[in-house]
This record gives sequence, C-alpha cells and structure tokens, in this order.
Amino acid sequence: MMTSLAADPALQVSSLSVSFLEEDGSLEVLDNLTFSIERNAFVCLVGPSGGGKSTLLRTLAGLIKPAGGKILFPLHHGTTPQTGLVFQQPNLMPWRRLTENIALPLELAGYPREEIARRTADMIRLVGLQGFERSYPHELSGGMAQRVAIARSLVQDPDILLLDEPFGQLDEMNRERMGDELLRIWGQKRKTVLMVTHSIPEAVYLADRVLVLTQRPARIGLDVEVPLPRPRQPELRYTMEFLQIARRLHEHLAQSQPE
Amino acid sequence: MSNSSQTIIARLARRNAAQALLFGASFVIALILWQIGYMALNLPSFILPSPAEVWLKFLSVLRNGVLWRNLSQTLLEVLLGLVFGSFTAALLGYVLSKSPALERLFSPLLVASQSVPMVAIAPLLVIWFGPGLFSKVLICALVVFFPVLVNTLVALREVSPNLRELMASLEATPAQTLRTLELPASLPVFMGGLRVGATLSVIGAIVGELVGSDRGLGFLINVGRGQYDSALVFVAVITLILLASLLYGSILLLEKRVLAWQTWRQAP
Repeated sequence: MMTSLAADPALQVSSLSVSFLEEDGSLEVLDNLTFSIERNAFVCLVGPSGGGKSTLLRTLAGLIKPAGGKILFPLHHGTTPQTGLVFQQPNLMPWRRLTENIALPLELAGYPREEIARRTADMIRLVGLQGFERSYPHELSGGMAQRVAIARSLVQDPDILLLDEPFGQLDEMNRERMGDELLRIWGQKRKTVLMVTHSIPEAVYLADRVLVLTQRPARIGLDVEVPLPRPRQPELRYTMEFLQIARRLHEHLAQSQPE
Repeated sequence: MSNSSQTIIARLARRNAAQALLFGASFVIALILWQIGYMALNLPSFILPSPAEVWLKFLSVLRNGVLWRNLSQTLLEVLLGLVFGSFTAALLGYVLSKSPALERLFSPLLVASQSVPMVAIAPLLVIWFGPGLFSKVLICALVVFFPVLVNTLVALREVSPNLRELMASLEATPAQTLRTLELPASLPVFMGGLRVGATLSVIGAIVGELVGSDRGLGFLINVGRGQYDSALVFVAVITLILLASLLYGSILLLEKRVLAWQTWRQAP
C-alpha cells in the first residue's frame, strides 16, 4: 500500500474505521483507512460498487460517526465550514428559486441579508447561470441543477469540496461537459476536491491523484498520481499516457472485484 | 419560456371559463327540474315549496336579519373549529412523526375514536358543554382533527430523505429543518387535509346545532321544521351549501397562492 504523505495537507485521515449495525451483527465498511490530501489537489476516489466510497465521503462530511480513527482539517481556522457536500442527485428544494437554493446554507448559518445576496450572486456568476436566478428547479436541465448544487456547496467557502458521483445521472456528453465545467470552477476557486466516481476515464481526466478502495471492509488498495498536464483538454482522453493510467486502474479494479 | 407559459395561462383561463359555464348550467338545470317537479306533483308547499316561494323567503329573512344572525353563528363555529382542530392535529402530527413509539401508542386510539359517528356523541358534548358556542366549536374541531392529522403524518413521512440528509450536512437545527424543509415540503398534502376538514367542519357545526342550540343554520332548519315552514328549511340548506362551497373555494385559492411553485404540476 502506498500512502504518500502530503507536505501541506488539507485533509488528514488516520486509522479511520466505520461500521454499521446490521440485524445480523455489525458490518465493517471502512477498515483502518489512512491517507492525506494535499491542499488544492483534485483527488478522485474509485472502487467497487457498494464498497464504502459514499460512506467515506459522508463520514468526512460529518453525517456518519466513525467507530475509530481521526479526521483532521489542518488548514481549518474555524469561521468557514470544513466540507461542502454535493450529492448524486442535485437535491434542490423544488419550492425554492435557484437563488434561494444556493442561499440555503448561508440562511441556515445566519448570514446578514446583503452578504447572502452578494455571495449568491458571485456563485451564480461562477457556475454561469446568470439569467436563471428566478427559475424553479423543475425548469432546469440535469446539468444546470447539478451546477446549482455545486454552487450551493461552495457558497460558504468550505475547506474541502466533497462530491459523491455528482454526474452519475447525466448522459455521456453532459457528463464530460460538466467535468470540464468543474475543472474550470476548481481552477478559479482553488479548492481541495475529493470526488467519488465509478468512471475510470472521468477520474483520470479530472484528478491529480486517484485513490482506489478495495472490497468491503474498504482500505486504500491503490494510490496513483496522474501527472498529466493542465489545463486538461478533451483530446487528452485518447493519449497513450492517459490510457496507460486508466488501464492500470482498470486492471487493479478487475482483480479486486470477485465475480 | 415566457411564451409557452403565456399559452399555458391562456389555456387555463379558457378552461376556467368553460368550467364556470358548466357550473352555472348545472345550477339552472337543477332549478328547472325543481320547478317541473313542483308543477307536476302539485304538492302542498309545506312538503315541496316552489323556487319562487323559497326566493321570497330568502329575501325576507335576508331583510329582517334572521339569515345573517344564524349564518354568522355557523360561520364562526366552522372557522373556529377548523382553526383549532387543524392546529392541534398538525401539532400532534409533528410530534407523532418524530416518535414512532408514540405513533404506535396513539394510532389505535385515534382509529377507535374515528369509528364512533359524531352524530352519536354530539348530544353528549352538548349536555356536557352546554348549547352555546363552545360545544359546536368542539364538535367541529373533533371532525376536522382526524383527516388533518392523517395528512400531516403522511406529508411529513414523505419528506425526501435526500433533502433531510442535505439539512443534516448543513447542520440545521430541528427548528430550522421544520421551517425550511418540513413545512414547505408537507404543505401540499397538509392543504389537502385542510380542504377535507373544512367541508367536514360545516357538517359538524350543523350536527351540533340540530342537537341543541338557539342560533345557527342548523337552528334555523329546526325552526322551519317545527313550523312546517319548508321554504325556510330550503333557504337554510341552500345557504349551507353556499357556505361549504365558498369555504372549499377559499382554501383552494389559498392553496394556489401558497403553492405557486408547483402550478406546473397542474398545467395540462
């Protein structure tokens, strides 16, 4: 197992264990997980389905209490939240207009009204949804709705952006477009990103580093740097270097997935 | 987009106009049938009064204030009962939805209470709480209570677990979750319960007044019956129908205002 130690980490996870109480005893989902993520890095998390990727993300977001281990946010200084979470579905409130959906975290945190308006407008510009401020979620396409969800997760300026298969419900074309969009937003905001995906090409295209989880109970099975140049262009997907990394990940996953 | 929404509005307006026309037509047909029946059967007017007689009676009780005095009493009972009944139902519904154990404890009691017809216990309530306003409001509140409670429970249970998780990830307090998620999310189903409750509340008030009262449309029906004044009974009943429809319509209107965001669901 290779677990590179980051010099300037935004996230340090050590000996993290999570188990769920099932009817027939407890089910170990994460087993003694240790890794750290460099500040401003884009890291993708792949692994067998049902293997605990979402559980890891939810634990980092504070939705699940770990059975053991530590989660540290070394850069954290108290005023902003540690994580911003984007779900598989956009999870927008259908009775709120686009602006109101993005403003939700600020409202709950009790920001003053002018501050909410200013930050929300900034976010709408960042994700390129000007002109749709007053739209309801049902009037938005899947990609637009997911951009609103990303804007909502960034509006409080968290230390780390956690994305749980955010484009899983989009078709191939929109998926690639949203990937580029995410890279553009990431480049503009300089955020640390940890994203779960089940698509190896998507992981290689987006990430600086890909972590592969094993079958349950999940450990880090493989930790691969992606030294491809940035900014990334769509043609990159057909280069030798890209395919080699993708192949390595694929072979590792195929081995660890017993049929 | 604005173009298509305009055509939808135009289409809805046309549909509303057509509906109003049909509504008026059914009213006229009912009047004609009534008049024909009156002329064909040639019954004494204490059994079946003519539309004209009822109309004259209506004008007379309208002028001498009798109608308004009784209508306002019934309206007050219905509204107070609706407000108190639905408020306690919503409150209890929220508590029960938070505690499955409490819900299991209460639901047999609630179901049992529903199998007793209100007509059977209304006399008791009037004996216990007197023939005044309070016993009627209580009866209305009791009949409103159950449908609103059931709808509140269903509505809260159907709040999206994904949105609940979102609120948890944003560290929302229970009060914030109630205000920003549970209230708006359950409003459509809750309003449905309120609509049913409003109609039931009118029935509750009349049942209470028939059992024992000195004011109200139910009282007016009793008076008309006692004096063989069928025209007066007709006036009271028709006023009652208008009251119930008006109430139902106002809640529908309120629903449209409050739930403007989901008008797209009703659009053709």
